[in-house]
Amino acid sequence: MTTAQGSIPKEKLTWMYETMVLIRRFEEQAKREADQGRILGTHSAIGEEAVPTGICAHLGDGDYVLGNHRSHHHCIAKGVGVNEMMAELLGKATGTNGGKGGTMHIADATKGMLGANGVVGSNIPVATGCALAAKVQGRDNVSVVFFGDGASSQGSLHESMNLASIWDLPVLFVCENNRYAESTPFEYSVAGGSVANRAAGYAMPGVTVDGQDVMEMYEVAGEAVARARRGEGPTLIEAQTYRYFGHYGADNPLGYRTEEEEAYYKSRDCILTMGKFLLESGTMNQDQLDSIDADAIAKVEAASKFAMESPYPDPSEILTDVYVKYP
Amino acid sequence: MEGNRPLTFVQATNEAIRTVMRDDPNVIVMGEDVAGAAGRADQGFIDHAGGTFGMTKNLIQEFGPERILDTPISETGFMGAGVGAAAAGLRPVVDLMFVGFVGVCADQIFNNMAKMHYMFGGKVKLPITVMAQTGAGDGGYAAQHSETLWSIFTHFPGLKCVVPSDPYTAKGLQIAAMRDDDPVIIFQGIRSMGANYGDQHVPEDDYEIEIGKARVVREGTDVTLTGIGFSTRTCLQAAETLAQKGYSAEVVDLLSLSPLDEETILESVKKTRKIVITDEDYPRCSVASDISALAVEQAFDYLDAPPRRVSAPHASVPYSPALEKFHPPRAEDVVAAALAVLE
Amino acid sequence: MTTTEVRALTYAQAVNETFHQEFERDPNVILMGEDVAGGAGRDDFEDAWGGVFKLTRGLIGKFGPERVRDTPISENGFIGAAVGSAAAGLRPIADLMFVGFVGVCGDQIFNNMAKMHYMFGGKVKLPLTVITSTGAGVGSAAQHSETLYSIFVHFPGLKCVAPSNPYNAKGLHAAAIRDDDPVIVFNHKLLMGGVGTGPHVPQESYEVEIGKAHIAREGTDVTLIGISYTTHLCLQAAEMLAQQGYSAEVVDLLSLSPLDEETILESVKKTRKVVIVDEDYPRCSMASELSAVIAEQAFDYLDAPPRRVNPPHTSVPYSPVLEALFIPTPERIVEEALATME
Repeated sequence: MTTAQGSIPKEKLTWMYETMVLIRRFEEQAKREADQGRILGTHSAIGEEAVPTGICAHLGDGDYVLGNHRSHHHCIAKGVGVNEMMAELLGKATGTNGGKGGTMHIADATKGMLGANGVVGSNIPVATGCALAAKVQGRDNVSVVFFGDGASSQGSLHESMNLASIWDLPVLFVCENNRYAESTPFEYSVAGGSVANRAAGYAMPGVTVDGQDVMEMYEVAGEAVARARRGEGPTLIEAQTYRYFGHYGADNPLGYRTEEEEAYYKSRDCILTMGKFLLESGTMNQDQLDSIDADAIAKVEAASKFAMESPYPDPSEILTDVYVKYP
Repeated sequence: MEGNRPLTFVQATNEAIRTVMRDDPNVIVMGEDVAGAAGRADQGFIDHAGGTFGMTKNLIQEFGPERILDTPISETGFMGAGVGAAAAGLRPVVDLMFVGFVGVCADQIFNNMAKMHYMFGGKVKLPITVMAQTGAGDGGYAAQHSETLWSIFTHFPGLKCVVPSDPYTAKGLQIAAMRDDDPVIIFQGIRSMGANYGDQHVPEDDYEIEIGKARVVREGTDVTLTGIGFSTRTCLQAAETLAQKGYSAEVVDLLSLSPLDEETILESVKKTRKIVITDEDYPRCSVASDISALAVEQAFDYLDAPPRRVSAPHASVPYSPALEKFHPPRAEDVVAAALAVLE
Repeated sequence: MTTTEVRALTYAQAVNETFHQEFERDPNVILMGEDVAGGAGRDDFEDAWGGVFKLTRGLIGKFGPERVRDTPISENGFIGAAVGSAAAGLRPIADLMFVGFVGVCGDQIFNNMAKMHYMFGGKVKLPLTVITSTGAGVGSAAQHSETLYSIFVHFPGLKCVAPSNPYNAKGLHAAAIRDDDPVIVFNHKLLMGGVGTGPHVPQESYEVEIGKAHIAREGTDVTLIGISYTTHLCLQAAEMLAQQGYSAEVVDLLSLSPLDEETILESVKKTRKVVIVDEDYPRCSMASELSAVIAEQAFDYLDAPPRRVNPPHTSVPYSPVLEALFIPTPERIVEEALATME
């Protein structure tokens, strides 16, 4: 933690801590639901909470976030309701998507969350388009797209970075480098060993940041968002982070990484570290931290209850919303 | 088939790949996590995945990382590389994983793989096999991971398309595909794999199922039910129900969509004079439509009633379990369609 | 209407006119694609092309480079950007130059464009239009001469239209742009130029309703169904049949998804015979789909099975001698029609 964090307003610090804790508790609950067979295993974001939190702290409902298959934390950081999210995971009619999309496709247009997407790299051009709309309509909104280290090998990223750069589009290309694409390690897949360095080829800044440090994320994101809002174009951010669990529910990651490595990243846990900072800086006391956690747990339990008690969609819904109007 | 060597669909496919690879050093396998934990053999991590569904398990230990290649997430890159490697003398097997991913490498498949042999006047051969996993029903994988899409591939001249329906045909078609000198897409139904589907006796020897041949899996006289992949089992279940109602249904397992075994289909239709076509794919311009058009064109005078298509609805696959189960055709849907033509 | 009153534009001119009118009408309409203007970034070469077939000529001069954007060769990038900008409030038109290029942006079209509205529970709208060119006959060989309607029609969530003349081209493009769903417009390359005697293209803005077929010629003995360019082949075939004493009805499909089943079935129930002419590859084609729908819904009316006229199950060959064998011809249509009537 650098001393620059002293300049982050307390409300932001509080919001960021609360958000990370909420994400953590939600993901733990989702995992429990999966273990109990109520939902198919999800792609858990536990460990990566700081990345979207530090970024969404600078965003409003008119700004866009687009995610990937591992997107629950993106959604929560962007303000999507946990009740509706849990209901969507359970496939209920009250879910964010009416049960039609599920864990990999959560969307809430009222919050600017224009969707999680299950095809790696597929949302990157889409996010670029949202930025284009903002620019053409003269709005100072920005578009943030999250993708993984695996996606950095997709053509869609390169096409989009190039396009955003030549057109000065307000995009943040955020690579959540959690070091593995399913079971394929980063050092095997990524020529040159750095995603951020690829930015230079597309004439935009490329920043490498400790994705487990929410305050560093906040600083880096702040600069990128400000640049974009000023019309100065896109930024590529490589946030180095770690997922504590496997690629998805049934994947045992010890089949491709060591316990020592896991222990190392867990020792740098974004919530623990932030909590420590808040205590040591006198921003909060232990009671307050505990209260935030209790609050998060209560919210998540309420979400589960809400989801459980909600009805399933009527079978006729299978045919709705294929089109806006047909014929 | 009698015998006491039960294998699952996944095991049968795995055995097929191993058999051909032992036979021919030019066969390689490429795809995301076809082994897993790439590059970490020296740390004791190897073959973590063996493919999303385990179809390529235990191959890297036998054939090494030169022939079992984990790829980055670059479908256009590695599908195209498969095409090039095939043109230059190898016989690659490329795992596309979920068929809905075709969009990110469609150019390589539809413009290169399908056309190069023709455009280059027959001078270049592409003996490549693409594996693609398909289907919805109860997985909760949602719209992008639950598609079927075989009609899209069937549409393109130059591609062969096969769909195994059980462990026995999985082994035989996988071997045939890998030995075929044309590009072959093999569609592997997710619901056909694993414990839910069960196992079946699979011979130990090296055998092929001829591409372009359907098989009659249940003989009957009153109505023809055609099935593709997993839906062949659905048709067999429907046939049982129909038998209880006093009707004798013939079930034809298509196995090969391109080339299509028109002869077997038409022979059956001319006998029963009624046909119900089951297809998990979206309905418009589907294989079901194609077979209907064929039956009407070539067996018009034999038909007592129009062909009936039992397809998925014209909608993407929804996530909610309450909805998803209605997406693929169910046995009761096939029965209802059959009764409509029988009565 | 006398010939002097016919306002005969070429297909390209009619489409261009509607683009100008739509751009004027709605500031949210934008255009993206390769060389949709041309000479990008060079003031003295602005609008060098106006699109491969000149459909988008003059737009950049009037509406500027913010709204008329030449793109790099990045289909995945800009088709995806069209999806995203539609989700975020614009009405983009994206030009996928040749339909055979769908392979390099298939994911954006089939996974995002077709599915987002559904997957997101109806909460996100994608009011975008993709224009693309189709067809063989100019020696462009296998990758630049495809038709591929059935691929797009197969995916729930996409609407697909195929104009056949300047009048319906102008109206369908307007309808597509105003539609709140993603619409793919297939423009056959052989239809772009040539004026002849019209049809009359009104000056004012108008829509041709998506989901409606058009009876291009009335008749009683056999129904010929055409799509885009093949409608003209059907009309030629109808003339030839008339000389042999047969009265053929020609249905111009215009809308592939949604399909105007009512008009098609009404015609088939009248004539009791049908020949479907589709320039796309035969397997799992629109022709197969139409045959299946007709058989399912009008079986008892049919005197003979529906006949399909498609190219052979091959890619498009280059040599003109071979390419001529690929494309359906009026002679083949007549042959099939006679076969159903005898």
